[in-house]
Parts: sequence; C-alpha cells; structure tokens
Amino acid sequence: MNTAEYRRTRRKNRRGVLVALIVALSAAFSLMAMPAMADEVNVDEYDNSIIGNVKLESVALEGVLLTISGGGYEVEVATDADGRWKVGVPDGDEFTVTLNEDTLPEGIAVIDEVGDDDTPNVKEAMIGPSGSTVMNFFIGRGERNVTSFFDQFVERIVNGVNFGLMLGLAAIGISLVYGTTGLSNFAHAEMVTFGAVMALIVSVDLGWPVWIAIPLAVLLSAGFGWSLDAALWKPLRKKGVGIVQLMIVSIGLSLALRYTFQYFRGGGTEQLPGSDSPDIPLFGSVSLSQTNMISMVISIVVIVIFAWWLVKTKIGKATRAVSDNPSLAAASGIDVDQVVRVVWILAAAMAGLAGVLWAYFRPGIRWDMGAQILLLVFAAVTLGGLGTAFGALVGSIIVGVLVETSSLFIPSDLKYVGALGVLIIVLLFRPQGILGRKERIG
Amino acid sequence: MDILQILSNTGSSLIAPATIGYALAALGLAMHFGFTGLLNMGMAAFMAIGAYGYAISILTFGFPWWGGMLVGVGGSLVFALILGIPTLRLRGDYLAIVTIAAAEVVRLLFLTTTFDKYTGSADGLSGYHESFRAFNPIPDGTYGFGPWEYNANGWWVRIFGIAILALAAFILWAVMRSPWGRVIKGIREDEDAVRALGKNVFSYKLQSLMLGGVFGAMGGIIYALPASVNPGVYVTSLTFFVYTALLLGGAATIFGPIIGSVIFWGVQTLLSNLLPAMVNVGLLPFMTTTQSQTVRFILVGVALMLLVIYRPQGILGNKKELTFVK
Repeated sequence: MNTAEYRRTRRKNRRGVLVALIVALSAAFSLMAMPAMADEVNVDEYDNSIIGNVKLESVALEGVLLTISGGGYEVEVATDADGRWKVGVPDGDEFTVTLNEDTLPEGIAVIDEVGDDDTPNVKEAMIGPSGSTVMNFFIGRGERNVTSFFDQFVERIVNGVNFGLMLGLAAIGISLVYGTTGLSNFAHAEMVTFGAVMALIVSVDLGWPVWIAIPLAVLLSAGFGWSLDAALWKPLRKKGVGIVQLMIVSIGLSLALRYTFQYFRGGGTEQLPGSDSPDIPLFGSVSLSQTNMISMVISIVVIVIFAWWLVKTKIGKATRAVSDNPSLAAASGIDVDQVVRVVWILAAAMAGLAGVLWAYFRPGIRWDMGAQILLLVFAAVTLGGLGTAFGALVGSIIVGVLVETSSLFIPSDLKYVGALGVLIIVLLFRPQGILGRKERIG
Repeated sequence: MDILQILSNTGSSLIAPATIGYALAALGLAMHFGFTGLLNMGMAAFMAIGAYGYAISILTFGFPWWGGMLVGVGGSLVFALILGIPTLRLRGDYLAIVTIAAAEVVRLLFLTTTFDKYTGSADGLSGYHESFRAFNPIPDGTYGFGPWEYNANGWWVRIFGIAILALAAFILWAVMRSPWGRVIKGIREDEDAVRALGKNVFSYKLQSLMLGGVFGAMGGIIYALPASVNPGVYVTSLTFFVYTALLLGGAATIFGPIIGSVIFWGVQTLLSNLLPAMVNVGLLPFMTTTQSQTVRFILVGVALMLLVIYRPQGILGNKKELTFVK
C-alpha cells in the first residue's frame, strides 16, 4: 500500500469511526426511547434478539434488507421508517448478519472499519448474557470521505469549547460552593439533572414553549439550591459538622436524588423540543447545529455576566473574601451566611442551565445524566484549582477540548479516560491545580 | 404475597457471595478510611481489578483458579502503587476526587470495545467456574435447611468466601494491634506528629492502601465467583454502597464492616422482595413494581445521610476513633 493510498484509508477510517459513533449513539438513544417501533421479525417467538439501526449521519435509511443466519436458522428483515430493525433468534450463540448493499441508496456503502475486511457488510453477532445484541454497520458516503484531519480537528475543537463552556457553568458552581463552605458537593450532579428534568416537565409535560421552559427551569433550580441550603446545609454548618462528613452527606444526597429522578422519570432517555435542529455549515467542514450555537452564546453571556458580578459588585467581592478567609470576612462585617446562601442559589441556577445545555449536547435527558459528567466537572475544577472560579472555567475548557479531540486518537468510548488521566498527571506535578494555591494540599 | 418466600430470600442473602464480597471490600475501606483516614473513593476499581484479573487469567491464559486469584490480588497491589504514589500526598477531599476518577478510568478500560477480546466489553465475562468447582471437596448433593439450602457448588463458594473473610478480619485485627497499626492510627489522628517522630508517613499510607486494596480485590473475586463479571457492577455507586455498609457497622472497627454488609444486603433483599409484592397486592397504590425497585436505592442515600449526621460511628464504633467528625 503506498502512502497516498494509506492516507486515504486512514481518513476513511476516521470518518467511519465518526459515523459509527453517531450511528451507535442514535441507535442506543432511539432504542431506549421506543423499542417497540422497530420493524420486528420473530421477536415474540424467541427470547434472544439482535437489534440494530441503519442510519447515515443520523438520517434513517428505510427499507434496507438484512439477512440474519446461523445454526440452520435464517430470517430476513427490512428497516422501518426510523431505520430500526429487530429479529428474534433461537438459542445458540453466533449469528451472521448480512446487510444487502444493493438496497442502500445510490452512492452509499458500508464502510470497512478495520482496513483489511473485504466484506464489511457481513458481521458476526454474539448473543451476550443479556439475551440481546446490538449490531450496527458503518455506513458512509464514498465521495464525502475527504474530510481532512485538520478540518476534523478544528471541528472537534469547536465542539470541545462548546462542551467545555457547558462544563464550566457547572464547574463554577462547584468551585464557588467549595470556596465558601469547604464542601466538595457530589450532589452537584443532581442539580445539573434537576435543571434538565424541570425543563422537560415544563416544555413536554405541560407543553409550554421552550423559551419559557428553560428560564423557568433555571429559576426552579435556583429555588432548589436555596431550599437545599436552607433545609440541609445551613443546619449542618450550624451544627459544626466536619468537611469529610459533609462530603459523605452530599454523596448520600446525590444517591437519593438520582434515584428519585429515576423513580419519577423511569430509566429511559427523553428529548427536549428542538434537539434535532439542522446543522449549519460554518467554514471548511465545520458545522454546528443551531441549538449548539445558541447554547454556546448562552454559556458565554452567562459566564461574562457572572465574571462581572464576581469582580465588580459588592456581594461578588464579599464572595471572594469569604472564599479567601471566612473568619476574616466575618470579622470585617460580611454576613457569611448571606454570601453562602447567594452562592448556593447561583451555583444551582448555573448547574440547572448546564443541565439544559447538556441535555441538548448529549442529546437526551436521563436520570443519571448529571452523574455522567460529575467527574469531568471535578476534573475541571481540580485542574483549575479547587475554590477558584476562573480556574474552574479554564479547567473546564481544557477538559472539554481534550475530551472532544482525544477521540481522534483513541477509541471514542475511552474519550473520558484521556481527560481523567490528565487530571491525575497534572496532580503529580502541580497538585494545587493551574490557578490554585499551595495551601490546598495536605 | 408470599411472606415465607420473602423471608427465606432475605435469610439466604445474609451469607450470599455478594454479601461476603461487600464485607471484604468494607474491611478494606475500614483499613483505608477507618484506621488510616484515607478517603479512598476508588474501592470499586480494586474490586474490578480483582474480578477481572481472576476471570481474564483463567479464560485467556488458562490459569488454575488459585493462579487467577493471585493475579487479581497482584493486580490490586500494582494498582495501589500506581494510584498511591501520585495521590497520597493530597489532602482528604482532593484524594477522594482523584481516587474516584482513577476508579472510573479503570472501569472504562474494562468496558471499552478496544480490549473486547480479553474483557468482553459490555457483556462482561463468564464461564470461568470449572477450575474452582473441580477443586470442590464437598460431594454432590443439596445441603442445609430453611433458607440456607444450596448445592455443593453453592456451599463451596460460601465456605471459601467466609474463610477468606475470617482470615482478612483476623489479619486486620492483628495488624491494628501491632506497632505498625499504632503508627497507622497515629497518622489518622495527626500526620505531622507522626512525621515528627521520624516515621515515613507516605510509606505507611501506601502500605495501608495496598493491604486494604488486597481485601477489596478478594471481595471483587468472591462477588464474581459464583456467576459472572459484569462491568455494570463496578460503577462509582458500588463504592458508595460499600461506604454505606462500612459506616453502618462502624468505620474504625473489625466486625463493623461485616455486620454492616450483612445488614445492608439483608435490608436490600427484603425491600427488593417485599415492596414489589406489596405493590402487587395493592398495598402501595401510588407506585409501580419498577418504581418500587428504585425506592430502596433512594433509601440507601437517605440512610447514608442520616447515618453520617446522627451516628457517624455506626453500630459498633466509638466516637473517639473518628477524626473525620469534627
């Protein structure tokens, strides 16, 4: 294989990975949402099943024929209007799934993901202990496999900044709470989920327009933060409960709230209105969906307002003073309790907003969606230096960009590993974080 | 509603392999958190490394069962070194965040499809029982009475697990009354004072992390021994649940973690059987059976909060032994 050919294959593969990710993700989400809609064959006859979703860049392909065979059993299935298919299969562990490429639209083919597979449209399916297996194909357009590595890189960086700004909204709150009260709040993840769930209830269950639902969700989140402080954290502070104890209480609260969301919303994924907005090309091959652009603008505006508040206003200055030294702040006449209350309200409001944006970015709302990014938020905060608001923002953007770009080099299901690994490495050399101070280490 | 069946399931859970696995992991956390004061939130990773080390070495490399266990334990020692060297200098809450991140890294590495050949990715691993069962000295048949009626393999796993648990409890008791244990407790009370006495605090902490990590790895192996290794088990919630069991029994005690685990699983099994049954006969008209399965996890969270606030020393503990309570 000569160099040019090799490069082409590499590009093709990268594109393939990207498409595969989209196909797999959309399959996972859509299957979780409404599994009964798939075009189903023999599902009632057998307990085991193979399921899949044929999509090209999130556009469903209808009427694609697939043949599933193995152990003397053979069945044919066609995808439905949403690109889904499902077949029941008898006991036995291995089946061959063949996608009939002639039934794909013109100019579209199954992409060879390995690089040396002559028949990428034929795959072996193993039935796992769960009795069901997901089988997806890597589908792409021949003539569009020319996205250069540089273009992809730029696209990932733009996405990463967007993700990072969203993380930043959550991270600033955690950092402020830590700075003023010393609490590493694990329940912050559930404050993120709370915002998204509230937006879902207002917009979908009550049917109100999104532009009312989201501000209302942020307001409800702020109220949630205030009531948590009033009902739980303030009494515990008054009682003089230790920092480690408070942290374990927040873990308990996190578990209780997370499963409460599951209790009321179930284990599935639900979508906010407008989550399927079209992509708008920006430059080169970089395109962002409308919601992503709006979300980026909202993040930036909120963060700028917050920075102004923290640096210029009286209560912002008081917050920084309490972060610096609570006793000294109290001695100079600052009402520490009031500052902490304001911090909880702000932190919860920003976490709620982050939850709504995360719901659009993922996309989808799930009971444990906050917990999925909690560690990234902690990584961001620790990178930047616990307790410093601007450090949290810098850390978030680094983590966001790292997570998004790392999947160009490592398998995409390991993209969080890169960010968490960097956290551990940074702590080796600079335990106090990028903008933190030495006193924070033991 | 079959009350007898519910009670029987609950009774059976008291000596289930999962209970023994939790008890071992909780003993490890007692070493880390209760005695040394290290806020290790990555216990799930030690359990995962134990379980995967055992299963992979048997399935991929054809080791005998004891070889698999040695690999699992060895893996946890290596992980303790890798985790401890950069992080043990960090203060309590920082350490918690970093260990929880490390545990998540370990879980994602076992979950990724990249190493599917060895780890089975999302499906996990199973079918590694042959070697362990071949070593079973108990003749075939069913033994026991009431809720505790198991076949030869069932008893073999339980007896082996309880023996390991007893050994671990004995080791923990023995080292904590030795001079080494006094230094460890001293580190928990006042690190600087111990340093002033010329002790290498970092080295002691690392040894504590390794010993507790071995208990955790054995816990992971016992947990996976009768059935399969499933990556969905080793999530951060597992660490939190083990902490709940530990704090329930008493963090700085030998028997506390064991009693805490038994109560934790007893109550969990009771609720997971009782609540759906109550829903089915119409006693809880406002929830579905699926919802009733979620309730017990909400209760774990609430119980953890109440425990830490009102009785941080747990059932057996002594409040003087708790430096994390200010």
